[in-house]
Amino acid sequence: MKINNVILKTVTKVVIYIILTLAVYLFLAGHNSPGGGFIGGLVLSTAFVLLFIVYDIETIQKALPFDFKKVAALGAFLAVGTGFGSFVFDVPFLTQAFGYFNLPFFGEVELTTVTIFELGVALVVVGVVVTIILSISEDV
Amino acid sequence: MNNILVLPMALPVLAGIILIFFRKHIKIQRGISLGVMLINIGISIYLLNRIQEEGILRLDFGGWEPPFGILFVADSFSIILVLTTSIVAAICLLYAFSSIGKAHENMFFYSFVSFLIAGVNGSFLTGDLFNLYVNFEVMLLASYVLVALGGKKVQLRESIKYVVINVLSSWFFLIAIAYLYGSIGTLNMAHISERIAESGQTPLLTGISMVFLTVFALKSGLLLYYWLPGSYSTPPTAVAALFGALLTKVGIYAIIRVFTLFFYHEPEFTHTIIGILAGITLIGGSIGAVAFKDIRQIVSYNVVIGVGFILVGLAVGTQAALEGSIYYLMHDMIVKALLFLLAGTMIKVAGSANMDEMSGLIRNYPLFGWIFFIVMISLSGIPPLSGFIGKVLIGQGAVETGSYLLLALAFISSIVVLYSLLRIFLNCFWGETMISFEDEIPMKKGWIIPCVLLAIATIALGLGAEALAPYVSDAANTLINPDVYIDAVLYDK
Amino acid sequence: METLITILAGVLVTVATYLLLSKSVIRVILGTAILSHAAHLMIMTMGGLKEGEVPLIGKDHGPYVDALPQALILTSIVIGFAVTALSLVLAYRTYQETGTDTLDELRGNKHE
Repeated sequence: MKINNVILKTVTKVVIYIILTLAVYLFLAGHNSPGGGFIGGLVLSTAFVLLFIVYDIETIQKALPFDFKKVAALGAFLAVGTGFGSFVFDVPFLTQAFGYFNLPFFGEVELTTVTIFELGVALVVVGVVVTIILSISEDV
Repeated sequence: MNNILVLPMALPVLAGIILIFFRKHIKIQRGISLGVMLINIGISIYLLNRIQEEGILRLDFGGWEPPFGILFVADSFSIILVLTTSIVAAICLLYAFSSIGKAHENMFFYSFVSFLIAGVNGSFLTGDLFNLYVNFEVMLLASYVLVALGGKKVQLRESIKYVVINVLSSWFFLIAIAYLYGSIGTLNMAHISERIAESGQTPLLTGISMVFLTVFALKSGLLLYYWLPGSYSTPPTAVAALFGALLTKVGIYAIIRVFTLFFYHEPEFTHTIIGILAGITLIGGSIGAVAFKDIRQIVSYNVVIGVGFILVGLAVGTQAALEGSIYYLMHDMIVKALLFLLAGTMIKVAGSANMDEMSGLIRNYPLFGWIFFIVMISLSGIPPLSGFIGKVLIGQGAVETGSYLLLALAFISSIVVLYSLLRIFLNCFWGETMISFEDEIPMKKGWIIPCVLLAIATIALGLGAEALAPYVSDAANTLINPDVYIDAVLYDK
Repeated sequence: METLITILAGVLVTVATYLLLSKSVIRVILGTAILSHAAHLMIMTMGGLKEGEVPLIGKDHGPYVDALPQALILTSIVIGFAVTALSLVLAYRTYQETGTDTLDELRGNKHE
């Protein structure tokens, strides 16, 4: 069934960038303020879900050729893997390290290993949400 | 640095994740998942010996000292259970290799088994009450998927009931944690124990302890076991064996931990209630075990009887009885896994789950029949098999404290167990053989070897009870004296 | 404030109980979701409401509220999310397979 919904499609083309920006903002804000991997990931996945609803699944899957189960697994691997870093440096499991770096353009920024963990969480959330939505919607 | 403490949980998680990438490479999946279980056996033996020398070990996640951070605590009790879990899981995986089927293996079966084991091990090791909840959920989420995997009509139907009942009990768990946090203000298990000891166990706290008891009773099948036979008899054999051996035991572990570490000040009330529940569970399980002709139902009700028996030891609460409970926990994990594997194999070779439609199996499969015989006498507690030592010690404790009613119920239930299994043995193994030698489904090596291994384990546990005694008595000692646990966690002694 | 939130949690539990006792699977799942939110409100109330500032570094000075309940709630929301999602998929698959979402018809019969 194809519905030609011009208004929705046009609005989506604009809104999708706003959602994606918000997701990245929330993700990066999460270190000391509200936000973080889970919330960022959820917002990110709403962007994907919006795409799946407005356009049909086949089109979007051609544009985003990921196996979302593997995205989730990759995220989980990142998150758990950061924990295993502690074995290399001989500190308690899941200890975070952070430092202040002078990057060009950004100025001084605080970089932490937690961000890698959070990235993993975000990927897990995106992967799981999209997998669930797809598995329910596929055969209607 | 005790980073090794996290491995029994972190390794299966990592393995489960890696396996997702190897969806089509079944050999790699099998190798990795089995390898992780074997490594876990090694780690837990190493930890068990280290605990005897250095006392209770702990690992503070991220370097956050207790009571502020989350931590893993390894005392003899938890490590003994981790060890038994790893052994049972490894053997159940061996059985799954030749029985579970390609469809399951392609649908991330080994990943979910790994996650299940991670949740079980995490629950045993954690030293933080909320972390216990999280680990329970990891285990339960994996088990929801494993019950439903395969997607047969019956499975899906039972899985919905299983999910709903467990979501409800998890909700009670959250509420109990909220109440406890509101009145005590901490979630670190040692810290909770210390604060309860300081403030005294007020009626409010005793009330909260009853909410905890409700939660864990639902999870372990203590009195609230009505959901258990249905959900344990529908999944494939290897999964049913894992469930029967492990899931209820996590609930039992939580009951024992909570009522020896936190709420041990009012045993006249709390432990009496546990005793009454255990007694009713024994009666109900016994009735169920003799009432059915479907061998899966009989086996499931045997799990219920085991739960009641172990908690009789807690209700009695002496050192001897707790040692008995620990022995019996190990025994029950091994033997229930074996029992489920045997029942599943019988159904597979006979093509029916009804006792009346099987007979003379021992003529076709002699070794198989004799293993069933071993299980039967092991479960009923005949020396030198593993059930004996646990029953003797629990009985000894019950006599010391004069709980003769519980003693009578516990030992009568052993006779019922013997009767229910003897009924299967007489009906299914003796008599005229009904499978002609042409139609006989050959017994695969992959089916019989895990059963033989578990049978060896039950004999070894029975004969080697003496060698295990120092570990078990250390575990029971920590349970009797919560100060040992508190000192090790909070004061680095 | 605590009283109000406790009453609200009670209302949620009432609604959830009503839904849990209904016969449609989808209502039961919605019931479990609402039930978990009642528990979250409960945890928040137990940590004390409106007793200090938002627990964020560099925002305010002065006593902060207890941040632990919020961490617990976030964890529990994530878990609740996973469980609800899984049970929705499960309910959908069951509906596909059995053609019914009424619990009465899912009871099953003795001979199968």
